[in-house]
Amino acid sequence: MNAPDNFPTPVIDALNAPYWDALGQGHLSYQHCKTCSNSWLPARSECPGCLDTNWCWQTASGDARLVSWVVYHRAFDPAFQERLPYNVAIVELDEGPRLISNIVGLDAKQDIGSQLRIDQPLQLAIRHEHGVAIPAFVIKAVQ
Amino acid sequence: MRGQVVIAGIGQTEFGNLPGRSTYSLNAEAVRHALNDAGIPKDRVDGLFVKFPTSRFEFMYGQKLAETLGIVPRIGGVWDQGGAANASMVGYAAMAIAAGQCDVAVVTFADNPKSGTRQAYDKAWGHDQIYGWFGIPAGYAMIAQRHMGQYGTTAEQLGAISVTCRTNGARNPRAQLQKPLTLADYMDSPMIVEPLRRDDCCLVSDGGAAVVLTSAEFARREGLDKTVPILGFGQGQTSWEVAQRPDLTTTAAKASAETAFAMAGLTPRDVDVAQIYDCFTITALMSLEDYGFCKPGQGGDFCASGAIALDGELPINTSGGLLSETGMPGMQLIIEGVRQMRGDAANQVSGARTCAISNQGGVMHTHATLILGQ
Repeated sequence: MNAPDNFPTPVIDALNAPYWDALGQGHLSYQHCKTCSNSWLPARSECPGCLDTNWCWQTASGDARLVSWVVYHRAFDPAFQERLPYNVAIVELDEGPRLISNIVGLDAKQDIGSQLRIDQPLQLAIRHEHGVAIPAFVIKAVQ
Repeated sequence: MRGQVVIAGIGQTEFGNLPGRSTYSLNAEAVRHALNDAGIPKDRVDGLFVKFPTSRFEFMYGQKLAETLGIVPRIGGVWDQGGAANASMVGYAAMAIAAGQCDVAVVTFADNPKSGTRQAYDKAWGHDQIYGWFGIPAGYAMIAQRHMGQYGTTAEQLGAISVTCRTNGARNPRAQLQKPLTLADYMDSPMIVEPLRRDDCCLVSDGGAAVVLTSAEFARREGLDKTVPILGFGQGQTSWEVAQRPDLTTTAAKASAETAFAMAGLTPRDVDVAQIYDCFTITALMSLEDYGFCKPGQGGDFCASGAIALDGELPINTSGGLLSETGMPGMQLIIEGVRQMRGDAANQVSGARTCAISNQGGVMHTHATLILGQ
């Protein structure tokens, strides 16, 4: 389902609706298997660890680390042309699940890559994109 | 299985921009050349193994191609492993021959993404489109970034792979891109998805290529004289999408190579020349590590040292690879491996007796290895 201006917003279905609803209420959630204690994203109907369906949604702490990132210099979809250059990151939550996201709050005057390093601690910062609440992350301030 | 099955013939079309040619026509031309090269009449072919055109999936493509070729195979079909499929089908065809399921197998691939559609390579990644996550190059860029952060791999080291392949391609009259590249040219090429530049990315190409397999015994009986024995083959699959993959800097290329080396009774030190899948420079660099040609994390130093050049300790991609000969997913590497073992390659490595070949697909999801001898 695309937004009126053709922006690629997610298709929400019965399986993933709790994930998107929780984000709308300010929480990032993930699936957790009550049989084998595996945790994962994105939404699946069976636990990829033990194939059981005995799972529940749990709320993430928001603490995470940066696994890797890229910076787009070419738009693969016209909706992102005006944002170039922009970053996309792989983020690992402290609870284990990994997801694709964006790092926000960077200094726009500096090179994106110079502000990021692998395994850097991150903190959840939910933002709104075309009416959809989505997870983003900021670099966690050093304590 | 070592040496029981041989590659008896190879064939290819022109590589490049071939408007108006269907994938059926490109496959038919490649198979015609491969059968002529082998000296085996078409009516002896009873196995047909096909990778469907990457740019356009078509239901029952293998049967439609069999009809085009006028072949009624006993065994065959279409195999879906992305870019690993051509080398893995050579393995399946070898097993089919050894198990008495067929006598002569054709393995063939053709595609026309340059004159047709390249949409398959720009695909969006499901829900993650909302983050701007699109395209195959970005998946490899994620892996490259992690490798750089973890091991200190540099752009110049990735560039050494591009320069090597382009140098070799410039000396191959069959190559689509016969223009050498300097490291300065590479560094100046525009970023596509950072850290990958344009010249880290393979060509987009139309073309077809095919090989003919049979048993060593059939080859002896029929007096076939250009055969190259398959000493080993293997596969490995990483499966997870890049975002979900627990370790980004190693892949099942390792398992694939170990299986192939074990079958061949050889080690990486025995390999004289290698054709290493280079859809992106990082793919070749990590495959060299996973195969054991250098240690994990040392692929950058290994490539920048000159070891992979034609006069180095392990010349790779002697016909130019995906970066220079043709962007075709893998079959050209198998054909070049056969030429090196026959001793008639455009950039022949003198005295080469063993060749390792890697094919891989998806974003390092699938991997297949072949080891050829003499």
